[in-house]
Amino acid sequence: MTAETLRQTRDAELERRKGIKNRIACCTVAGCESAGSGEVRAALEREAAAQGRAGEVEVRGTGCMGWCSRGPLVRCSSNDTIYAEVTPADAPALVSGDAGRFEGRALTTEHPFYAGQRRLILRNSGHADPERIADYIAQGGYQGLLKAVTAMTPPDIVAEVKRSRLRGRGGAGYPTGLKWELVARHPSTVSYVVCNADEGDPGAFMNRSVLEGDPHRVLEGMAIAGRAAGAEQGYIYARGESPLAIERIRTAIEQARREGLLGSRIFDSNFQFQIDLRIGAGAYVCGEETALIKSIEGKRGQPAPRPPYPPESGLWGHPTLINNVETFANIPAIIENGGDWFASIGTASSPGTKVFAVAGRVQRTGLVEVPIGTTLRTILSDICGGVPEGYEFKAAQTGGPAGGCIPAPFLDLPMDYDSLTRIGTMMGSGGLIVMDTSTCMVDVARFFMEFCMDESCGKCIPCRAGTVQMHSILERITRGEGSEADFWMLEELSALLREASLCGLGMAAPNPVLSTMRHFRGEYEAHVREHHCPAGHCPIHASEEVHS
Amino acid sequence: MSVRTLEVDGKMITALEGQTIFSAAWDSGIHIPRLCHLGGLSDVGACRLCLVEIEGQKRLQPSCMTKVAEDMVVRTNTPALRAHRRLIVELLLAERNHVCSVCVLNGACELQDLAAQLGVDHVRLRPQYPKLEVDLSHDRFGLDHNRCILCTRCVRVCDEVEGAHTWDVAGRGKNSRVITDLGEPWGESASCTSCGKCVQVCPTGALFSKGKTVADMRKDRGFLRYIVTAREKKLWIA
Repeated sequence: MTAETLRQTRDAELERRKGIKNRIACCTVAGCESAGSGEVRAALEREAAAQGRAGEVEVRGTGCMGWCSRGPLVRCSSNDTIYAEVTPADAPALVSGDAGRFEGRALTTEHPFYAGQRRLILRNSGHADPERIADYIAQGGYQGLLKAVTAMTPPDIVAEVKRSRLRGRGGAGYPTGLKWELVARHPSTVSYVVCNADEGDPGAFMNRSVLEGDPHRVLEGMAIAGRAAGAEQGYIYARGESPLAIERIRTAIEQARREGLLGSRIFDSNFQFQIDLRIGAGAYVCGEETALIKSIEGKRGQPAPRPPYPPESGLWGHPTLINNVETFANIPAIIENGGDWFASIGTASSPGTKVFAVAGRVQRTGLVEVPIGTTLRTILSDICGGVPEGYEFKAAQTGGPAGGCIPAPFLDLPMDYDSLTRIGTMMGSGGLIVMDTSTCMVDVARFFMEFCMDESCGKCIPCRAGTVQMHSILERITRGEGSEADFWMLEELSALLREASLCGLGMAAPNPVLSTMRHFRGEYEAHVREHHCPAGHCPIHASEEVHS
Repeated sequence: MSVRTLEVDGKMITALEGQTIFSAAWDSGIHIPRLCHLGGLSDVGACRLCLVEIEGQKRLQPSCMTKVAEDMVVRTNTPALRAHRRLIVELLLAERNHVCSVCVLNGACELQDLAAQLGVDHVRLRPQYPKLEVDLSHDRFGLDHNRCILCTRCVRVCDEVEGAHTWDVAGRGKNSRVITDLGEPWGESASCTSCGKCVQVCPTGALFSKGKTVADMRKDRGFLRYIVTAREKKLWIA
């Protein structure tokens, strides 16, 4: 593909759309898919043909429109409205444009759920079909790559990314530009670009939704990274548990290859870049970059000590640029609009937007994209409608099993990397689980410790044996059989895991325990001293007997 | 090869460029505890016992995998490190069924020695008492998972020195086990050459020679030094 053909493809698609009065986009991402969006789409297609409107009404799939708990969601372009909880029986009304039947189910862009969001990563959701490259191009896709290849040198690209001050969206928040520079400056002639799509935090589905809903955005970001880093080969490491994402990536790679947007002589230049897919076999630890590299190499997915870091020695010993799905998805817009534009969104230390997967006890659950630095209160109360009647907010868990909780007094905390770290949790990849007062925080800590114990690879002793011991102590406490000595032991083990574990999984495993002990120490003490669960969650039986 | 000078535990020592902190310290008489490292095999940094503090670095580093640098200041034996090491040994002792009184290696076991050296006279953690197998299918050697600490020395010596790669690790986390071939009984392994190197490098009584009674076995590491240096010095070529 050349600059000219890219423009032609875009114009042709926009021209074609002019003849269509209503583009009905049906969410085809896992959440709505499981709520039956496939049948809705089929019914819409049948209905469009039956009403003889096949020419003026077009039915397409699209990416995640956010409010997953009210799926299947369908968007009509004629009135820019999203309809919720659509069933196949709604198809005739949607096709004919009769909005009467959607009382309470029609969501416009003024709805608080959408008005409070700023969508950069998810901007194509509701507008483009993830299975059609022409849709992505019509939305302005591959313009960033065009600019990067034809108008910029690799150092320019790195400088632009540095100027944007984008930080890694996988959780740690390492400055992306610095990482790119390390790989770009490395004298090795062979280097790789890897997209970490091994999203495994409980309750998190941001990356999966991006890959299912807008896969070309990620491919474009990776290709730009390849140009900047001098790499000719990229890998996407996806979870085997997300078959739909895998299918969409495969389709997108195939289309991009056919259009010459991947492969050799991209935009008539000497730049060549290939992307291959690698599928994980279900180990959470493979989201850790050194374990992920081992897994791509076909070895047992176990982490290796860092240094050397992957930008120095990664895949097969070559410098490797690893970023998260969402990080790559930010790149095309940064290149197209400039780093300064991106840096003006969000906060000074953490620019840009962040996609959160909101789950748990709130009115509206699903994907929410907001500028970084938005307060938790804004996200939960304004956008997500707050905790339902009859329940009381207790805490929100961020960062999955590596993170911690945010209790009610911190509701006005801006959600950015540094603020979250200060109160003992972390941004993480974007999982946000809302808990009400019926949740026992000791049991939450126990749950996450069980997760870490099951997912520990077993290589280093602190993590392999330490998580087992911490889990057994927490389990004892939830049974009302804990003792004062258990507090000391939990703290001692936490220190060991944090300081002595080989990789991030072990180092972060104590975080949920430390965080809940910091903010909800009273609950632990009630379990141990009074054999009583304040949340009324833990079944504590015959505790007197045990302690007699 | 150039020489590096560094400070370890307040003592100035010299080391060769490219040498690890562990081996430089060892050469100067400073013995850092370890269980997974063994001279002559590659390093994996898994046991975390040889972690050291390096001035100017926030994180503890495994000395077996960290190269020396000029003017580096290393501390190998601070109270915090000793506390970590004791807890690691306690974790190991609670993880599987380490009963010295019935072990062939009683009195010559690296785990036992380390516990004594670090002052681990009791274990504050709950023992897990897992039900584990003993593989006695091999005609000369035995494998007792109850005593295995997953240091993977057997895996590495078999792969790197013997070249058979009979051993590997299956499962993950607390369910990790060393296996022969694809999990067949050791005696049925097609790749095992019965050389016994794995038995000799094993730090505990997990791998043992048959026919030994309690506290009857001693492990011979001399062969490894002989093989590795003989290869380097080309002793086999007449």
